[in-house]
Amino acid sequence: MTVSLILIVAMMAALVGWLLRQSIAERPWVAASGPQSAPLPAGFTAPRVGLLAFLAVVTSVFALTVSAYLMRMEMGADWRSMPVPGLLWANSTALVLASLALQLAWRAAARDQARRLRQLLAAGGGFTLAFLAGQLLAWQQLEAAGYYLVANPANAFFYLLTALHGAHLLGGLMAWTRVLARLHGNADAAWLCAGVELCALYWHFLLLVWALLFGLLLTT
Amino acid sequence: MAIAIALILLAGGSILFYFLSPWQLTPLASNWGAIDQTITITFLVTGAVFLAVTLFMVVALIRYRDRGQRRAHYEPENKRLELWLTGITTVGIAALLAPGLFVWGAFVSVPDDAHEVEVVGQQWHWSFRFPGEDGEFGRARNGLMDESNPYGIDPGDPRGEDDVLVNEPHLQLPVGRPVKMLLRSKDVLHNFKVAPFRAKMDAVPGQTTYFWFTPSRTGEFEAVCAELCGIAHFAMRGRVEVVEPERFDAWLAEQPTYGELVERGPGDPEAGQEHFAACVACHGPQGGGQQATNAPRLAGLDADYLKRQLRNFRSGARGEQEADRFGQQMRPFAQSLQDSQAIRDLAAHVETLPVEPTRATIVGDLRRGEVLYRSCASCHGDDGTGRNAHKAPRLAGMDDWYLVRQLHHFREGIRGRHPRDVYGNQMVDMAQVLVDDAAVRDVVAYIGTLAGDGEVLASSNNDTEE
Amino acid sequence: MAEREYDASRYAPPAEVEEMELPHARGFISKYVWSQDAKVIAIQYGLTATAIGLVALVLSLLMRLQLGFPNSLSLLDPGSYLQFMTMHGMIMVVYLLTAIFLGGFGNYLIPLMCGARDMAFPYLNMLSYWVYLVSVLILVAGFFVADGSTGAGWTLYPPQAISPGTPGIDAGIVLMLVSLAVFIVGFTMGGLNYVVTVLQARTRGLTLMRLPLTIWGIFMATVMALLAFPALFVAVLMMLMDRLVGTSFFMPEMFAAEGGTEHQGGSPLLFQHLFWFFGHPEVYIVALPAFGIVSDLIATHARKNIFGYRMMVWAIIIIGALSFVVWAHHMYVSGMSPYFGFLFATTTLIIAVPTAIKVYNWVLTLWQGNIRFTVPMLFAIGFLFTFLNGGLSGLFLGNVTVDVPLSDTYFVVGHFHMVMAVAPILVIFGAIYHWYPKITGRLLDDTLGKIHFWVTFLGTYAIFYPMHFIGLEGVPRRYYAFGETTFISDSVQALNAGITVAAFIVAFAQLLFLFNLAWSLRHGRESGPNPWQATTLEWQTPHTPPRHGNFGEELPVVYRWPYDYSVPGVKADFIPQNVPPQAVEREPDAGRGGDA
Repeated sequence: MTVSLILIVAMMAALVGWLLRQSIAERPWVAASGPQSAPLPAGFTAPRVGLLAFLAVVTSVFALTVSAYLMRMEMGADWRSMPVPGLLWANSTALVLASLALQLAWRAAARDQARRLRQLLAAGGGFTLAFLAGQLLAWQQLEAAGYYLVANPANAFFYLLTALHGAHLLGGLMAWTRVLARLHGNADAAWLCAGVELCALYWHFLLLVWALLFGLLLTT
Repeated sequence: MAIAIALILLAGGSILFYFLSPWQLTPLASNWGAIDQTITITFLVTGAVFLAVTLFMVVALIRYRDRGQRRAHYEPENKRLELWLTGITTVGIAALLAPGLFVWGAFVSVPDDAHEVEVVGQQWHWSFRFPGEDGEFGRARNGLMDESNPYGIDPGDPRGEDDVLVNEPHLQLPVGRPVKMLLRSKDVLHNFKVAPFRAKMDAVPGQTTYFWFTPSRTGEFEAVCAELCGIAHFAMRGRVEVVEPERFDAWLAEQPTYGELVERGPGDPEAGQEHFAACVACHGPQGGGQQATNAPRLAGLDADYLKRQLRNFRSGARGEQEADRFGQQMRPFAQSLQDSQAIRDLAAHVETLPVEPTRATIVGDLRRGEVLYRSCASCHGDDGTGRNAHKAPRLAGMDDWYLVRQLHHFREGIRGRHPRDVYGNQMVDMAQVLVDDAAVRDVVAYIGTLAGDGEVLASSNNDTEE
Repeated sequence: MAEREYDASRYAPPAEVEEMELPHARGFISKYVWSQDAKVIAIQYGLTATAIGLVALVLSLLMRLQLGFPNSLSLLDPGSYLQFMTMHGMIMVVYLLTAIFLGGFGNYLIPLMCGARDMAFPYLNMLSYWVYLVSVLILVAGFFVADGSTGAGWTLYPPQAISPGTPGIDAGIVLMLVSLAVFIVGFTMGGLNYVVTVLQARTRGLTLMRLPLTIWGIFMATVMALLAFPALFVAVLMMLMDRLVGTSFFMPEMFAAEGGTEHQGGSPLLFQHLFWFFGHPEVYIVALPAFGIVSDLIATHARKNIFGYRMMVWAIIIIGALSFVVWAHHMYVSGMSPYFGFLFATTTLIIAVPTAIKVYNWVLTLWQGNIRFTVPMLFAIGFLFTFLNGGLSGLFLGNVTVDVPLSDTYFVVGHFHMVMAVAPILVIFGAIYHWYPKITGRLLDDTLGKIHFWVTFLGTYAIFYPMHFIGLEGVPRRYYAFGETTFISDSVQALNAGITVAAFIVAFAQLLFLFNLAWSLRHGRESGPNPWQATTLEWQTPHTPPRHGNFGEELPVVYRWPYDYSVPGVKADFIPQNVPPQAVEREPDAGRGGDA
């Protein structure tokens, strides 16, 4: 549980620290004094705060799964590490490219370059689909090589972690579809920009998660 | 106002309840008096806080109730007061925690001179293992378990050879000697708890857990399971007898070792045939049972169950009660078997007898019977063929009039109450599920439809459901 | 003190909350069924949770029947007893308490108390309710499948939850696990809403330290739930894989009399760690909203500011944070390394300090107040007493040594029912009596309310207090019957019969409450906008019940904290949060006074 503890404690500490900073100097019963500025820095729009909170939840999900991974490794004597298929390197590249494309798409949206935005957005989605297809292929390769889900906890965790990560990407693709649909429906630029931005941030986050998971699979 | 009075009465009543209630800690029977002391300290501190806070609240409620004349006092906070209260609370908490941690330190460090006992939990009974002369347990694993090796001892491990097996939920311990209880589980979580010993721990499949204590007085104590382990959790009992060391040594010497059990092997059916001659008169030539002589069918019962019942009849754990007239008749026959070898051979012979269909004599509501049987199925199996691992004999194909009589006996405690009838106790508890005579008939009628191998016997019960 | 010159910009910054576009309802269906109005969603949550809670109440009565009068009903066999027990526990903890505090009160009060028009993401909010409803339906489906719902106990410990010997290992456990996963997904949708709304959509002038404690409690509970539920989610996924696919995350090598499935090497303790990593915060997820709400009830009905507001806020924050590092105190005798006992006993008892501070501050709020014994106030006092009792018995179980003989006995049953069943439910009742006038425009009947209070308060105390003592004697929990034992005294049976009678009386009183809810909807006394003369924003809406959008044309501006009761020098004994300083009517001769 150490991993999740550290992460959750870090998230809680950030929140608690921020809350205490807000409150420590206040004398709430005094009606007429005290800093009255906006408690959140400008730019923290509802969708952004929402995404931030959601990322905290996702962090918790992955941290706990990884904790379970590490604990199960120690607790049972039956752990046999699994070779990581080379295909995953290619998949990782696809995910990096997807993230990059969305980052550029965000820039394009901010500069109101509709055509470029459309291309980059499509590229981002395409690379993501490629990544997911690659993951499925990796599963098949493993099955074919005899690394069945039930054969060993290491295998089971591999499938569980990749499936969880893939499911989160699929969820992201749903948001991506929505942005794409709006793009064709000629929505206003500000809305689009916000949407693309959220997608990009979410992808970066999932890329980071994948990097950590991949690292974990490689080293254990 | 009423609420203030209610609170003061409740608080006072609660404190009085502590002193007057008939339910207190069971009399201590181990070295863990320190645990009792921590409980007492916690009662004192929490009781004082409980009373103080409630009284304060009561005074506030009475003095400051709204009488339409005054206003509330305005005071957002009072740093000094709050700091004081925090400080006092911290001190109080530390005073509770420190002794607790101190005693816990003793709890986790097992004395060097403790002898070891392994407790094996399974649905829904206990068994025990001693390390034998070499003082070491043989390796054991759940995957190695089967009927001939109920402890899953690794046959390749020489240390297991002399392990003493107590394959019944009845343990003896020497008084005054620290004992380290090593817990294992065959299937699900269990928890070996003897209330007067205070200490307890879960048994977890796949790992070994432990706790230790020193029995401080002789006597018989009841062990229960304190971790939910399935439907018969409430009936999972055992007994721990704390005795003088000499008696303990004698008892331990009587118990078989793993090596002896392996060597002994199963009984000899040929030799058993001779003994069986005495049974034929009542139980029928093929052990098929005869209602006229009130002798139930024997064919189909597993050797383990037969041996256990014969021993029970011999020792008086069964059939010693007036109300069990036919059981009483059985006792001299059982006593006529000279030794345990004779019992083993006889049981082995009975296992070879053919199982033929019985005639139904009981009618009942099959649908209700089926529902009732759910509670039986966990041990006796969905098909009623019995499960040796659960110490549950075959029911399917047995004489229904006999089943009815035995269920009544269990329900009324005529059978199974004797402390040496170690698995019969469970049936006393489980038979309570059958709330009336009709329920007994219903479930037995349902059992009559079980052929034993999943196949449903043609039964005349179907159309006479009333 | 000279009257200060009033300059609006000093008190309230310019609008930082954009006017949001509300998806206004067009017909009955979009107004009451597919509603995106947080208030309607709150009612939907509340009614669903109450309905499923009533099911759980009936289950508890059936169990009580068996315990009080063993084997009087043949429908109660050991298997169904375990099934009832499991469903009762899970429903009460997750589907009733969590849902009603966060989904019900959270939805109703957060936008109103924050001066917002609605939740930040109304569509997601609506979705949250419907997903919750689906999870409830999946859960209920467990009652109707062939082998019935799961009987694994609400902790669902493997291997027993999915091994022979436990009822409902075929479909029942799968439905339970799926239902939990769905619930968590639905909750996350709602939870994000609550957090973002509190952080981002507060009205002008409403700084964090001017939030009512109700919001603080709900906010912190939501944060905890968002971080803790994933633990359950992961555990549920892994157990589903163990059950359906045959992996061995939790399932060890077992000897199965029936042949059984092939597992090896899994760790049951891993599940327990994950479960309690969720399970302990869950206790506070239920408790913190109750803490918050009861603070506001006490302040309002004692006409006094909550004592030590800042301390109360910090206590909520600290309890929330600490509750993530105490989980293994549920596992002292689980077979985990006993050395953890030192650490977790210490953290557990540390958490008692902020909790104690909260109790002190509540009773200090009563001190020198002007206490009105309204029905909500009675329930709040009932909570204080019950929580005090349950909290103190927690000091037994949190202290590792003391816990050893008491764990898995009726002491535990008594403790957690006091502290996390009765105490929060008393708050829920108090809160319903308190806010019903805002929701419907009418007051609940006072006499019925008082009867309801007295029966519930005294009845539950009579049910759960004696349980501690039979636990002391060693009576184990989760037993279908006690049979004959050497250590349980015969009087325990008499007590059990008495408890059962009390339980039926208490359950009957709840019917009275339901009747009151329905009857007062039409016949209750009209309440007006602010019957309790409270200061918080929900009482200052232009319409009662508030319409969609909550505050009419213009959002309120907040000038003060929510506890300006009985401010010296001011004529009224309360000043609503949105009254500017120069509009406060002062006593003619009041020279000095606060900065009100």
